[in-house]
Amino acid sequence: MSRRERLTSRARSLRSTFLPTDTATGWALVGPGVLLIGAFGLLPVLLSLKLSFQKSDMLSDGTPWVGVDNYRKLVDDPLFAHAIKNTVVFTALFVPGTMLVGLLVAVALNRSLRFITLYRTAAYITMAVSTITQGIIFMWLTDRDYGLVNAALNEIGIGSQPFLASPSQALLVITAMTVWGWTGFTVIVYLAALQGVPAELHEAAAIDGAGPITRFRTITVPLLGPANLFLLIYLTINALQLFDEVYQTTRGGPLQATMVIVYYLWDRAFVQFDAGYAAAMAYSLFAVILVITAVQFRLSRRFTHYS
Amino acid sequence: MTPVPVAPLDAAIDEVDTHPDDEPIAPPPRRLGIPFSPWHLVLIPITFLLLVPLLWMLITSLQTSAETQKFPPQLLPSQPRWHNYVDAWQAAPFGQFFLNSAMVTFVVLASNLVVCSLAGYAFARVKFLGRGALFVVLMATLMVPFQVTMIPVFLIVKWFGDNVWEGLGIDHLGALMLPNLATAFGIFFLRQFFQTVPVELEEAARVDGTSRLGLLFKIVLPLSLPALSTLAALTVLNSWNDFLWPLIVITSTDQMTVPLGMSYFQGAHVVQWPLLMAANVMSLLPMLLVFVVAQRYFVQSVASTGVKG
Repeated sequence: MSRRERLTSRARSLRSTFLPTDTATGWALVGPGVLLIGAFGLLPVLLSLKLSFQKSDMLSDGTPWVGVDNYRKLVDDPLFAHAIKNTVVFTALFVPGTMLVGLLVAVALNRSLRFITLYRTAAYITMAVSTITQGIIFMWLTDRDYGLVNAALNEIGIGSQPFLASPSQALLVITAMTVWGWTGFTVIVYLAALQGVPAELHEAAAIDGAGPITRFRTITVPLLGPANLFLLIYLTINALQLFDEVYQTTRGGPLQATMVIVYYLWDRAFVQFDAGYAAAMAYSLFAVILVITAVQFRLSRRFTHYS
Repeated sequence: MTPVPVAPLDAAIDEVDTHPDDEPIAPPPRRLGIPFSPWHLVLIPITFLLLVPLLWMLITSLQTSAETQKFPPQLLPSQPRWHNYVDAWQAAPFGQFFLNSAMVTFVVLASNLVVCSLAGYAFARVKFLGRGALFVVLMATLMVPFQVTMIPVFLIVKWFGDNVWEGLGIDHLGALMLPNLATAFGIFFLRQFFQTVPVELEEAARVDGTSRLGLLFKIVLPLSLPALSTLAALTVLNSWNDFLWPLIVITSTDQMTVPLGMSYFQGAHVVQWPLLMAANVMSLLPMLLVFVVAQRYFVQSVASTGVKG
């Protein structure tokens, strides 16, 4: 920007800043949104922090201050530790699993063919399925006695599995069904990224004698960097907040094998009415998510290639 | 909803589905001597696998109870039992669930479009005192997971029910609408789009004395239909499929939304799989329809913003 341009733009911004009606108009326009988000987005963040230092059952008026007791209890709560462990296991399986399935499907779908629109719609459609519908379908698919999956396992000689009824398998079933539910979303992200890979690069490499696998490895994969990073963070944040699927299928059982952080939090707050403790738990989760987001900002600056 | 900066993806968004389907990216290999691309042999099994859960739901919804209690399962019903749908519809107040979900979704959608347009326009175009700081504060709320705010929001909604109007309180549909009437994400999303609308169009109209609201409604919004549609598609899907918040505030059957009602119905009819699946198909249909009709907006919304649930 030249000095002259800078001055002109400054003059222009000064001119519009000093239009007397603008502040009134501006606030009038943002008013409804600010009030609503203030009341249901901003104020609760502060109230929640306050609540995490109190004891409250959300019904009676007395909410005595208890200092950092809630946080101290959290550190010694074996069930919370167990919920963290389950959440971490779930996240570690779900995030790479979804990314792998999504990438494979997206690569297969990234071509011009007859009926490709139909194939794509079929892949995207899991996005429209609610977590509850999904949970009910998978309960039936993995039914111990009459489930389709057990029929298939018997067919190949493995034999029936208890699945959701088994402490060692329930979390795996929930992982599989959550991966299925997120496939549509992930495929859309990867397909958008794949279509952003310039065809000329592939053509040039092909002329130089690079085979399809070499081209995928040396051209496509590096250019998928931003999509990978985005999915890694976004899926992780969502995995840490797993709730619906667990509520619908196992309610944290059997033997607390699928007790995850948010399910425990909900149970503490809205079943046992221990709101202060649950708020402390929520703030701990918040801190973890913030750290992950911060790490993402760092990584995205270092590893992302902008073309 | 959690925001994630996706600047690098933005470049790719415009590319989604812009290739005409019949324009080859690379010449299809025909080495196998078959009259169609071998990729169909890969895509058909993949698609089938992805659709198995939905197909199995459909098949079970047409079976008799006796047929579902065979092992190995009978893969096709001997005679489709359509009456399962009637039975399921009558076994729970599904009509009420649908009506409730439709009302909540409609109010939330209409409010979001209006409120977020107004605010998004002000942030994009109007210079006002405190604009920068206000925008940063609003966007910061996007970082907060719902679990952090849900307990105080419950208490605030309860307060509204006790002090303002009963219909906004716990166990009323208003409690499902009130906290979702505007989203910081919607404001951000529309502001980004409004900024791409050429300001000269407005300046010309402004000389003619058109008011700010007039500019927004007559010039900017008609040019922003793709963005509004994308936001609408996303809002409808999120609102209709939301589960945790309805679970927290609603206890009466007659105030339940579709997902909550389905979960409740499943608990009561644990082993009647044909009825459950028939109900499941019905509960899925509206969003399936919306999704197929508005697919390109969903694709755009995901590719550009990456937000689900």
